Amino acid sequence: MPTHYNPEIEAASPEYLRAIQSAGLIKMVRNCYDNVPFYKAQFDQIGLLPEDIKTIDDLKKLPFTGKQDLRDNYPFGLFAVPQEDLVRIHASSGTTGKQTVVGYTKEDLDHWSEGCARAIVAAGGRRDDKVHVSYGYGLFTGGLGLHYGAEKLGALVIPVSSGNTARQVQILKDFESDILCCTPSYALVIGEAIKQAGIDPADLPLRAGIFGAEPWSENMRREIEKMLNIKAYDIYGLSEIAGPGVAYECEAQSGMHVCEDYFYPEIIDPDTLEPLPDGEFGELVFTCIGKEALPLVRYRTRDISALTREKCACGRSLVKMQKPKGRTDDMLIIRGVNVFPSQVEHVILSLGMEPNYLIEVERADNLDIMTVKVEMSENLFSDEVRRIEEAENKIKNALQSTLGVSAKVRLVEPRSLPRSEGKAVRVIDKRQK
Amino acid sequence: MPIKQISVFVENKPGRLADITSILAKADIDIRALSIADTTDYGILRLIVSHPDKALEVVRQEGMTASATDVLAIAIPDEPGGFAQAISVLAQNEISVEYAYAFITPRVGQAYIIIRVADNDLACSVLSEAGIRQIEQSDIFD
Repeated sequence: MPTHYNPEIEAASPEYLRAIQSAGLIKMVRNCYDNVPFYKAQFDQIGLLPEDIKTIDDLKKLPFTGKQDLRDNYPFGLFAVPQEDLVRIHASSGTTGKQTVVGYTKEDLDHWSEGCARAIVAAGGRRDDKVHVSYGYGLFTGGLGLHYGAEKLGALVIPVSSGNTARQVQILKDFESDILCCTPSYALVIGEAIKQAGIDPADLPLRAGIFGAEPWSENMRREIEKMLNIKAYDIYGLSEIAGPGVAYECEAQSGMHVCEDYFYPEIIDPDTLEPLPDGEFGELVFTCIGKEALPLVRYRTRDISALTREKCACGRSLVKMQKPKGRTDDMLIIRGVNVFPSQVEHVILSLGMEPNYLIEVERADNLDIMTVKVEMSENLFSDEVRRIEEAENKIKNALQSTLGVSAKVRLVEPRSLPRSEGKAVRVIDKRQK
Repeated sequence: MPIKQISVFVENKPGRLADITSILAKADIDIRALSIADTTDYGILRLIVSHPDKALEVVRQEGMTASATDVLAIAIPDEPGGFAQAISVLAQNEISVEYAYAFITPRVGQAYIIIRVADNDLACSVLSEAGIRQIEQSDIFD
């Protein structure tokens, strides 16, 4: 039984990988220079010509790209191919409610799907498995990413999407799903529902789960493994680079192998922007050396991770990235959705309120609960409860529509929240790390 | 003629009511009636006091959120059916009551009721027509 989806790449020699990476980078920089005015201007500014890039080592000559650059060029400004060559678009929410749009050519989708296929095989998946996808389908990359990965492998896809937990359990049981793909918090919700339905997880054929799109701890892994009686594997990705499958865990469960033939990783010092040696934690940066539609150069993910190159027990030679242990910005991930405190501030200001707020996040019944505390003011106040509730709901609805995730609103007494004297505490995250 | 009620936002945490009422005591403000609307997270303390403007000023000085609202105050006979008669007048005229609370007075045989409606003028006139006596600030603190 094959344990690697693409052993030629996954167990390639460092020299072979370097050759692929160098060729990819040269092609990509030429593509950026010729087809993306933003990058041409960037390269011109530092006097860099495409022919200056000869090997992957020349990567350090290139400028960085940030999320703001995607926003500034919203929606399609950084695309390097004409629209007729695009076959798919995905999007994710941004800090001011402006979403980040990403596009794919047929070839890009093929590479991304291969990343997910590698992830499924690394989690013990086979052609004759049934892959149960409970990530959301739609503009979010989770659902369709794993879906196409499983199809590429030739497995049978069960495209359940997220929600309707009772039905998820019914399908796991009746369709005999072998592999479950969803967010780790949703895996726990499903586990709970299985227990409530009086089903012994040992009676289910389910063997493995591929979980990502939000941070999760080793404790949570053990809990999921126990609750569902499976082995739980981590998967990493972000839509700007492709989606899930940029990196994936193998049976060693000690870091995620990066598909470095398509997505070249670096770790940098977020302050000096200098690359850091293997093993050191810093900001994870990706260059899309295998991508056509959206070839991002040295994209700063804001995730804090480290790269390690020791020989892995699974036989793969692809570099491993450690589970991100935080972010360089203040982004929160709430039920799989990226939330920035600045978005909350934006909503509060847009409603004409003072920007004094506190975001509290906790996990109850395995779901993230976000509460936004807002100070009561003369404008919001009334002698009638009904009116105050109307004001609360107005804030709640505005938050939901900007953040894309629901939040509780709690009105507190004036001057009771920390003030912004330099760096105010805006977030209290009580979720177990 | 409506009277002034002071409403104060009170977060549900121990000691807040004591804090607010102490502030009023220090300012030598007499509380004649109060009611609390409570929700899970907060309450609204509604007060009828001897000096509403001063009360508003001192609680605001202490950083609290407060407001003044015109409410109706009526005097009814302190006997079975007294309240029912008054409130029926409003019901017959399709005036809905947001909230109401009652208190008794040193005057034997009388009770006072504070009523909050959307349209004070309309409520005033229908109550007057029905012969229900409305009271003023001076009636409460005499």
